[in-house]
Amino acid sequence: MGLFILRRLGVMLLTALCLTFIVFWLTNLYPNLEKLAKTQGNFRMSDEAVASYLESRGYLQPTVDKFGEWLGVLPGWVTESETPDETLGRCFAAGTPVEDRPTRCGILQGDWGFSTVFKEPVGKTVLTRLALTGKLMFWVLMLMVPSALIVGVLAGMREGSKLDRSLSTFSIATTATPEYVSGVIFIAVLASSRFGLSPLLAEWGWIDSKTLFLGSATSAMKDANFWNFFLPVLTISLYGMGYIARMTRASMTEVMTAQYIRTARLKGVKFSEIVLKHALRNALIAPFTVIMLQIPWLLNGVVIVETLFNYKGFGWLLVQAAANNDIELLLAVSVVSVIVVLVTQLISDIGYVFLNPRIRIS
Amino acid sequence: MEQLTWTGSLAGLNIIFLGLCVMLALAVAMQIVVSFLPASDAQEINPDGTVARRGGLAGGLNRAVILLFALLILVVLIYIVAGAFMGPQAGIFGGMSQQMLPVWIALILTFAVSIHFKRRLGFYGKLFDSTVGMIGFAIVMFWVFTGVFGGLFDLLVTHDSLSQTSGMKNKLPGTPLRSPDEGEYPWFLLGGDNLARDVFSRLIKGSWVVVQIAPLATLFAFMVGITLGLPAGYYGGRLDTILSFLANLILAFPVILLFYLLVTPEIVLTGIPNYMAVFLFIFPLIFLAVLLNSRYYTQPSFRTPLLIVVLGIVGWLYLSLVSTNGAIVATDSYRIPGLPGMIDLFDIDPGVLVVFVSVVFVNSPTVFRIVRGLALDIKTRDYVAAAQTRGEGPWYIMLWEILPNARGPLIVDFCLRIGYTTILLGTLGFFGLGLESESPDWGSTINAGRRLLSLYPHAAIAPALALLSLVLGLNLLADGLREESLRD
Repeated sequence: MGLFILRRLGVMLLTALCLTFIVFWLTNLYPNLEKLAKTQGNFRMSDEAVASYLESRGYLQPTVDKFGEWLGVLPGWVTESETPDETLGRCFAAGTPVEDRPTRCGILQGDWGFSTVFKEPVGKTVLTRLALTGKLMFWVLMLMVPSALIVGVLAGMREGSKLDRSLSTFSIATTATPEYVSGVIFIAVLASSRFGLSPLLAEWGWIDSKTLFLGSATSAMKDANFWNFFLPVLTISLYGMGYIARMTRASMTEVMTAQYIRTARLKGVKFSEIVLKHALRNALIAPFTVIMLQIPWLLNGVVIVETLFNYKGFGWLLVQAAANNDIELLLAVSVVSVIVVLVTQLISDIGYVFLNPRIRIS
Repeated sequence: MEQLTWTGSLAGLNIIFLGLCVMLALAVAMQIVVSFLPASDAQEINPDGTVARRGGLAGGLNRAVILLFALLILVVLIYIVAGAFMGPQAGIFGGMSQQMLPVWIALILTFAVSIHFKRRLGFYGKLFDSTVGMIGFAIVMFWVFTGVFGGLFDLLVTHDSLSQTSGMKNKLPGTPLRSPDEGEYPWFLLGGDNLARDVFSRLIKGSWVVVQIAPLATLFAFMVGITLGLPAGYYGGRLDTILSFLANLILAFPVILLFYLLVTPEIVLTGIPNYMAVFLFIFPLIFLAVLLNSRYYTQPSFRTPLLIVVLGIVGWLYLSLVSTNGAIVATDSYRIPGLPGMIDLFDIDPGVLVVFVSVVFVNSPTVFRIVRGLALDIKTRDYVAAAQTRGEGPWYIMLWEILPNARGPLIVDFCLRIGYTTILLGTLGFFGLGLESESPDWGSTINAGRRLLSLYPHAAIAPALALLSLVLGLNLLADGLREESLRD
């Protein structure tokens, strides 16, 4: 087991290195750098001005060198200038005395770089945004996992029954509704003061505010409540829910046809007791892995929903970083998301082995 | 001209329609409740000594649901048929139904022919034994016909999808034009968007974008996945390790991040999409070559001309696909010459190419994993051992023994994957990546409409519902196919 985890960690590290290198390479292609120079400097720069801007800021070194510097294994670039105050370097601000300049600064030294869009250290930006998305994800999981499991178990306990048919149709419908579709529909139906349900409800006096829910989650960043936060949470959960529910249903129907369930029924155990005490535990092994593997997929939903509802979290950060080619921010964002993907994969594998005693890793 | 209502002179039917909907919902809810009660199969002994079994409450409800559902379908059909004849007199739905007349005819023909010959149509014919599959197929074919008729032949649409009409900015569905020209359609059936363009026409034009790109991109992803997945599963070993690592590498990438990195004008400038196109599009060529060669290599006199003809045609298509303006890759600093413009069959817009390539790139690792898993499973079967004993080559076994036996799950996944690709295309449009901003595709339209969502929702709702229905149709179709393929 220990060896298995070690090997998986090794592969994870390799994967993360490869992926960050790909991101690094793509963001450091010359047209992207040119765009960066023009947005940072000025849009009417000549080609020579762009080249000298990039040269003095170390962007034109070979990609591998830059990657090494970013990792912190190679010494950071220094562009000497005649006046010592204008000497630029990767690891120090202009005007730092020579003896205070660190040679290396990168991930290994805990330095994630400086964001060119937000004008602040990347580490800090990513952490604040991650906290906001963490809040969103927490509520998403709180809503999605229980409801998906309930739907799946109810559908799977009597295969082919009316309840099963209705719930399965519901799960298919939710998997066919991407977030940008359901979000748009929810906003139009529930959060518009002119259309949908809200004007009706307001007219009847059932709701005090103008709309049933708020179509923008910006205020939820500070103070989240049901009114401003439910729609984004619901939108993300709905898309992920259908898949988990279908997997739970499949696993539940398989368990319900097992021999020991038949034995229990023949012995006269109550149906509710069979479902809750005998079937449920075994039926929840498969959904566990599915839920863990679904978490990286939620990231897509997070990006879409944060854009749609204007909630400035990690997904919004990704969009901002990518749209402005903010290289170091983008790298940090991709490192975080790659780690999320790989760690959830690892947890799902390990958890599966623990939950299912029939599987042993040799 | 006056403002159209949704159903016009058929408004009398609305109350029936709503009533039926409510009753159906109630009946289904009651059915669910009743299904928790123990079944009471009441048996009744008739005076003549026979035993009749009564359905009891559950049976009665079941019949009621079927009846109500049939009535509901009937009412919907009345809306459509009457609308097709009465046109805008029957409101917005009538107007749309009349515009869609060619689609209805094509759908009816498809279904009539398919159901009549279903016993002779193999796997496709079996689809018509499953209700869910038929509903899904109908929805999918509806959009396919809409795309083909509307996008390719310019039927169905009421206005030009790009031109703006004065005074129609953000107008509600059914608004008449201020001063329609002679012969111009006098209404905006689904209203106008924030640039005063007709939402209905854009919806139809947008379906063509999806119908063109999604199945083709999925097909290419399958070619890549199959060509790499079969040997990975069959040979195993180091090849499998390397390919699986690469597939997992791509899968570990968040899709949206990958899109944001790949689908930008700057990346198009570097020529990377062209290199990817050259790499990804060669797989169908390899697949066909190996497929035919492994089957006929014992008859060289037949194989050689066959390969020359097939590879000639496919190779020509391939070269036309990857070369634009006589070059495969053309950047500012260098240029790799390709097929000269004279014999180049078609050029692809660089924006569309990059979208296409990235969608194929994102999808193929998943297909690879599925095919690899299936190959691992099937290679232990007896017929594979028999073929090995016969002395068949490995590629023959992979492509002519393993692949046909994996077709059931692959076809089902193909349908699901087209749906997923549609969602991905919508995502790209939603973030304004790839296709130009006035493109009528659904994702871009939703993106354009979402800014004014709470004031004028119709511009975003129409494409959202369209996308929802197409993906739902594909999911239902896949479900029907799965049901039928399990029955074998």
